[in-house]
Amino acid sequence: MSKTNGKIRIGFYICHCGTNIAGTVDVQKVVDYAATLPNVVVSKHYKYMCSDPGQEMIQKDIKEQELNRVVVAACSPFLHERTFRNATSQAGLNQFYFQMVNTREQNAWVHLDPEASTEKAMDLVRSAIKRVVFHKPLEQKTVPIKPDVLVVGGGIAGIHASLTLANAGKKVYLVERDPTIGGHMAMFDKTFPTLDCAACILTPKMSAVKNHPNITMWTYSEVESVEGYVGNFKVKVKRKPRYIIDDLCVGCLDCIEACVYKEPRFYDEFNQGLSKRKPVYMPFPQATPQLVVIDPDTCIWFKTGKCKQTCVESCERKAVDLNQQPAYKEIEVGTIIVATGFKPFDAGKVYYYGYGTYPNVYTALEVERLINASGPTSGEVIMRDGSTPKSIAIVHCVGSRDKNTNLWCSRVCCLYSLKLAHLLKEHTHADIYNFYIDIRTPGKLMDEFYTRMAEEGVKFIRGRVADIYPDTSDEEHRRLVVKAEDTLIREIIKVPVDMVVLSTGLVPRDDANDVRRLFNITCSTEGFFIERHPKLAPVNTFTDGIFLAGCCQGPKDIPDTVAQAGAAAAEALALIDLGYIELEPNTAFIVEEECSGCKSCVPLCPYSAISYNEEKRKANINEALCKGCGTCVASCPSGSIKQNLFEDEEIYSEIDGILNYEIYEEAVCC
Amino acid sequence: MPDKPKLAFYWCAACGGCEESVVDLAEDILFVVDNVDIIFWPVGMDFKKSDVEKYADGEIVVSLINGAIRSSEQQEMVQLLRRKSKVVIAYGACAQYGGIPGLANEFEKEEILKWVYEDSPSTYNEEKVRPLIKYKANGSDVFLPELWNVVRPLNKVIDVDYYLPGCPPSSKLLKEAVLVLLSGKLPPKGTVLAPDIALCDECPRKDTKPTDLAFTEFLRPNLHNIDPEKCILSQGFVCMGPATRSGCGALCVGGNMPCTGCYGPTSRVKDQGAKILSSICSNVEAKTEKEIDVVLKGIPDPVGTFYRYSLAGSILRKKVSI
Amino acid sequence: MLLDKLTEQTGSKQWQPKIVAFFCNWCTYTAADLAGVSRIKHAPNIRVIRVMCSGRVDPQFILDAFSKGADGVLIGGCHPGDCHYQEGNYKCLRRFQMLKRVISSLGIESERLRLEWISASEGDKVRVVVNDMVAKIKQLGPLGLPVKYKEWAKEMHVLDSEIAGKEEVYA
Repeated sequence: MSKTNGKIRIGFYICHCGTNIAGTVDVQKVVDYAATLPNVVVSKHYKYMCSDPGQEMIQKDIKEQELNRVVVAACSPFLHERTFRNATSQAGLNQFYFQMVNTREQNAWVHLDPEASTEKAMDLVRSAIKRVVFHKPLEQKTVPIKPDVLVVGGGIAGIHASLTLANAGKKVYLVERDPTIGGHMAMFDKTFPTLDCAACILTPKMSAVKNHPNITMWTYSEVESVEGYVGNFKVKVKRKPRYIIDDLCVGCLDCIEACVYKEPRFYDEFNQGLSKRKPVYMPFPQATPQLVVIDPDTCIWFKTGKCKQTCVESCERKAVDLNQQPAYKEIEVGTIIVATGFKPFDAGKVYYYGYGTYPNVYTALEVERLINASGPTSGEVIMRDGSTPKSIAIVHCVGSRDKNTNLWCSRVCCLYSLKLAHLLKEHTHADIYNFYIDIRTPGKLMDEFYTRMAEEGVKFIRGRVADIYPDTSDEEHRRLVVKAEDTLIREIIKVPVDMVVLSTGLVPRDDANDVRRLFNITCSTEGFFIERHPKLAPVNTFTDGIFLAGCCQGPKDIPDTVAQAGAAAAEALALIDLGYIELEPNTAFIVEEECSGCKSCVPLCPYSAISYNEEKRKANINEALCKGCGTCVASCPSGSIKQNLFEDEEIYSEIDGILNYEIYEEAVCC
Repeated sequence: MPDKPKLAFYWCAACGGCEESVVDLAEDILFVVDNVDIIFWPVGMDFKKSDVEKYADGEIVVSLINGAIRSSEQQEMVQLLRRKSKVVIAYGACAQYGGIPGLANEFEKEEILKWVYEDSPSTYNEEKVRPLIKYKANGSDVFLPELWNVVRPLNKVIDVDYYLPGCPPSSKLLKEAVLVLLSGKLPPKGTVLAPDIALCDECPRKDTKPTDLAFTEFLRPNLHNIDPEKCILSQGFVCMGPATRSGCGALCVGGNMPCTGCYGPTSRVKDQGAKILSSICSNVEAKTEKEIDVVLKGIPDPVGTFYRYSLAGSILRKKVSI
Repeated sequence: MLLDKLTEQTGSKQWQPKIVAFFCNWCTYTAADLAGVSRIKHAPNIRVIRVMCSGRVDPQFILDAFSKGADGVLIGGCHPGDCHYQEGNYKCLRRFQMLKRVISSLGIESERLRLEWISASEGDKVRVVVNDMVAKIKQLGPLGLPVKYKEWAKEMHVLDSEIAGKEEVYA
C-alpha cells in the first residue's frame, strides 16, 4: 500500500455503451473533468465498460494504481451494478468501494441536448466521486432458503412449474382458487399451431399434479396473507368450504343426480354459460381433483335454509357436509411462484359489436366450448337460436390494440382466430371471414400455420370492424351485418353473416392489485405484474424469492407460458439448491452509546425489527429482520441510527457534489 | 494575581439568563474567582472596551460569550474578544444557535422595526421616530450600533472553540467546563461541552414512554393539563427531548413542562428542527393528506416550536425574502 | 445582480434550474429507468439521488439541498399502499406535509418542494412531473440560497469602513 498511504485513490470510468451514451454525452469532456476532481487518480472512457476488457481495465488499475475506490458511469445500477461490484472484488477490493452513475437510462436516453446532458453527467459524476470517499467495506449477509415452494395458480403455468419442482424432489404447495386446476387451457378445444387437443396435453399433467407425492394441491383455496422474506415466507391459505369432505368423496356424482333441482339451471362457468349446472356440480368431467362442489350462492339450502338435503342423503360415504367451515393452513416456504393468469377481455365493453345483445355474437372462449366434443353441444356448432351458421365473421383485436380499450397486442388472438377459423370450417363448412388489423403470427411454426389456414379458403379482410347490426333484409334468419373498411381496397364493406366470433384479448385479472399487494410485487398501470428486468431477469420480481409465470406477467401463448413456468421453477431451484441468498447489506443499525432510548423509532418499523431493550434502556435493530428501507434512520431525532450504503454522510456528499457546493463554500463559512 | 488565567464574559443579543447562570454557581463562584482573574464582565463589573483592547492578542485565556449577534456593536466586540482570547466559548443557546432572538429571522428587519416603533398596541409614536445611528446631542456626535438584517449564532461571526449549550447552561456544566479548561486537557475544537446523547436518556419519565407511539392529535401545554407521571410526548404535547442534548437534568420535565430544545441537537444532527419534525410526523397515525393535515394542525407554529432556539443556526438560517 | 453572480459561478450562459431528486429504488427510480428504456425525453434539470425508500428521505437532506443551491427538491415514492417496505411512503408524506409549512413560512415557495407517487410502470409520469416542475421553477426563478447567504454576509464586512458617518434612518 505504498501509493495509497492512507489516501483515497479513486478510479473513474465512463462507458460509451457504443453510441448509447457517447452519442449524447461528451465522454471525453467528462473524463477530463473527473481527472481534475479531488482523489481521482485514474479517469478513463471505454467503449463497453461491462465487457471483459472493460472490467479487466478496472482490475488492472486497481492493482497497478492501487485504487481503493471505483466509480463507473454507465447504465442503470439495476443492470450492471453487480457486474462492476464483482470486477471490483475480484481485484481484491471490497465490492462496496464501488459507486455507479446512471448515465444511460436516466441521462443519455432521455435528453436531446448534448451540452445539458454532459453537464448533468458531470454533476452526477462529481456527486459519486464525493460519495465514494465515504464508502465503507461491508460484508453481505446470507439468509437460508427453505426448500418448500408455493405456487399460486393452477393453470398450465402453475401446473408446469409445480411438476418441474416436484420432479426435482422439492415439496410444492399448489394453491388454486377454483374448484379444479386446469385454468383456461382446460377450456380450449385444440391448440395452435399443432392442432392437438388441449385436454390430451393438459389432463395427464393435471393428474400428475394430483398424484405427485411432492405436491400438496389445494383447490378452492386462496392465499390470505404472506409474511416474511426470501427464504422464509410464512403463508396463510384459506381453504374455502366445498361442503364436501375431500377424503370421502369419490366423484360418483350421485349427489348431483339427487339434488332437489331436477334440471340444471345455473350458469355453468366452465362452459361460459352455454350450458347449465346444478348447485352441486363437477366443474367438468376431467376436473382435478375429482370432487364435486356445492355453490352456496345457488344452493337453496344456503339461500333459504330450507331444503330436503337429498344430496346429503344420497351420499353413502357421508361426504356431503353442509356445515363445513373455511379451514386455514399455515405454511412456510422459501420461494413463491405467482401464476395467477389472465381474464378474457369483457366483450360487452365494445358495445357496437353487440355482444350480449345479439345472441349469435360469441366470444372466442365460448366458441372453444361450442366446438369441443365434451362441450354443451357435444361439439356441434349449434347457435343460441338453434341454427347452424353458414357464414361466420371472426373479428380480431377485440379489446386489444385499441386506445379505447387496451393498447397492447394480446399476442394469441390472431393465432387462435386462425385456429377457430379452421375448426369452425371443419365443423360447419361455413364461409369464414377474418377481419383483422394486421396478422401477427411470430413464433416457431406459427406463420406456416397461417399460410396453411389461408390456403384452406378462409377469407381475410384487412379492416377493423366498425359496427355489427342485424340484417333487416333478412328478418327471419336474424343475420348480422359486419361493417368495416377494407383498407386494402379502401372501401366500406358490409358482410352479412350468421355468426360473429369476437377474438377477445387477454387482460389482467380484476384483483391483480390485491394480489400484487399480497406478494409485495409491482404491476403496470394495466395490471400485469412487472418482471425485474425484461431480459436479464424476466421471471424475477423486485421482491427476492418471488417469481412470475404465465399470463399474469403479460399475454402469451401456451408454449411461452410453459417455458416461462420452467424458468420460474429453475430460478426457485437455483435458490433452493444453493441453500442461501446473499442480501444487500443496506441494513440499519443503532449506535448504542448514542441512543437515548426515546423509542420513537420502534413503532416505525413495519417488520418489527426494532425492539426496546428494557435492561439497557436502548433500542436495538435485529439485522435479520431489517429490510433496509432507512425510514427509522431518517426519523431518528438524535441521528443515532445509521444505514449501511446510505449513511447520512454519503447522501450529504451526493447533494454537495450535485450542487457543486465548493464554489460557494467560502461564502458560507462566515 | 498575574499568574491566574484571565477570563472574560460578554453578552450580546440575549436575555441575561446566561449571566444569571454564572451567579447560579452560588458558593462555587468563589472557586472560580479563586482560580481565574475575571478581567471583563460588563454585567457584573465596570469594565470598558478599552480595558480589553489593552491586552495583547491571545492574552485572555477564555472568553465566554453569550447571546446571538445582531448588531455592529456585538460584532465588533466579539471580534475584539476573539483576537484577545486563546479560547472562545459560545455560552448558551443564543450564542450557539441564535436562541430565542434568532426567531427574529422569521421576519425582515423592517417588519420588526415597524412593529416595535409604530404598530404595536403599546407604542405611542405619532411622528414615527426611529433610532438613528448617529445624531447630534449637546453639540457632539452620538452613535448607536447598527442593527443587522440577520441574527447570527456566534460561529457565523467569529471562530468558536467550544460550546456550552442551554438556555441557560446549567451551572453544573459551567463548573465542569471551567474545570476542564483549568486542567489544560482541552477537548477537540468544536466540542459541545455536554453529553452527546438526547435528553430522554436522563428523563425521569423515560420508562413511561410507550413503544407504540402513534399521534392522533397534538396538544398545547397552555390549553391542556399535562399528566405529571407520564412521558409528555406520548400525551401528545410536542417535547423536543428526543432531539435535544441532555445535560440539563431534564429540568423542564421536572417542572411538568415539555422540553423546548434549548440544548440543541446532538453532534450527529445538522438541523434540530428538521429532525424532531421527521420523528414526530413519522409517528402520526393518519395516512391521507387531509387527515395528516388535521393532526398536524395541532402544531400551529412549526418553526417556533421545532426551531425555538436553533433557527438562526439551522440549515436555512432565516426567512428568505431579500 | 444575484442572477449574474449565480451564472458567473456556475459558468452557464442562461440560468437553468437545478432540481435535486430523491427517488425510491423500487418505484420512482425504476420508473425513471423505464423512461430511459422507452426514450421518453424530458428536461435535463433533475439530478437523482437513489434511496431505498422515500421513507429514507430525511428532511435535513431537503433543507441541505436548498441551502446548497437547489432550486427545487423532488421526492418520488411508491403510490400509497404500494410501498415496497409497506409504509415508508406514508412516513415520507407526513413529514412532507409539515415540511412544506416550515419552508413556506421561511419564504421558500412551496412549489419548490414536491412529492410525487410514481410507480415502476409510470415512465411517462416521470416526464410529466419533471417537465412540469422545471416549468414552474423557471417561472419562480432561482432560489440561489448560497448566493443570498453571501449577500447577507456583506453587512458584516462593511463594519470596519462604514461604522462611522452613517446617517440614514433605519429602513
